[in-house]
Amino acid sequence: MEVVKLKKRDQLIVAEKKFNSRLIVGTGKYKSMTECARAIELSGAEIVTVAVRRVNISDKKKPLLMDYIDPKKITYLPNTAGCFNSTEALRTLRLAREIGGWKLVKLEVLGDKKNLFPDMIETIKSTEVLSKEGFNVMVYCNDDPLMAKRLEDVGACAIMPLAAPIGSGLGIQNKININIIRNQTKLPLIIDAGLGTASDAAIAMELGCDGVLVNTAIAKAKKPFEMALAFKNGVIAGRQSFLAGRIKKTLLGNPSSPIKGII
Amino acid sequence: MKKIKKIKIKVNGKISTIDDNLTMSVYLKKLKIPLKKVAIELNREIIDKNKLKKIILKKNDQIEIVHFIGGG
Repeated sequence: MEVVKLKKRDQLIVAEKKFNSRLIVGTGKYKSMTECARAIELSGAEIVTVAVRRVNISDKKKPLLMDYIDPKKITYLPNTAGCFNSTEALRTLRLAREIGGWKLVKLEVLGDKKNLFPDMIETIKSTEVLSKEGFNVMVYCNDDPLMAKRLEDVGACAIMPLAAPIGSGLGIQNKININIIRNQTKLPLIIDAGLGTASDAAIAMELGCDGVLVNTAIAKAKKPFEMALAFKNGVIAGRQSFLAGRIKKTLLGNPSSPIKGII
Repeated sequence: MKKIKKIKIKVNGKISTIDDNLTMSVYLKKLKIPLKKVAIELNREIIDKNKLKKIILKKNDQIEIVHFIGGG
């Protein structure tokens, strides 16, 4: 049997850095650091998002993320989750850069505690400042093509529209907008937030997205390790379908077997 | 023996009493902070970790020491 040779180096390229996996995984909400590290390993992800928080000075025995996930092997993507305005987000990412020289960051400025939608005005403002300071900013945003264009104009290095509210597990709610954004930008387009299961990731990839970011769907699945694997495969399947070029959808039946020679 | 003067500073939101005339470098060593894994802010300004020896902590200074933790 001949094995079909797939495009050898189908890498995700963000700010000139190359990655073999198109799945980015969040490191929050796991039961333990060990579980988190194992799930990441199984997912094949080469980029993980991390948060910047105060060091616990009174309890120094608390395990450190860096002891479980080696930042030399896995790219840490500092994230501003939990920031509700530009000032907080800028402060967080400047600190993140100071920890270890990270320039590749994920900006997330939230506007509403209930649905966690991004505040796009603050987001655009922050993107502009950070780009000027030399950061490579991957930006969490709404699935609004106009806002995505604005982000591109102010120097974002990747556009990361939500599929649905963070942690909702609803999957992509507005395929049309994602499609429009895909067609208007050459920047990496990565679906961030709202995916629930592997097929959601496959759909994102089939739409032509360059990658997906998943946290809750893996961390809170009944079996996080199995779900990490499922997402890995979902992303690969979706990407391969996209590259393969799907058939056109028709409303009428089209027989798979020849009509000629029917007995 | 002369009694060492104490001052109050705020570290990660909590008030702490320390010796006067302490450098940031000595203070962080006392706390056993792994410098390579953190970033430090003094009164809202990021501190260059190479210059910790030159900073003498003053009364009411506010220090933030942060690191990476799991997050989405």
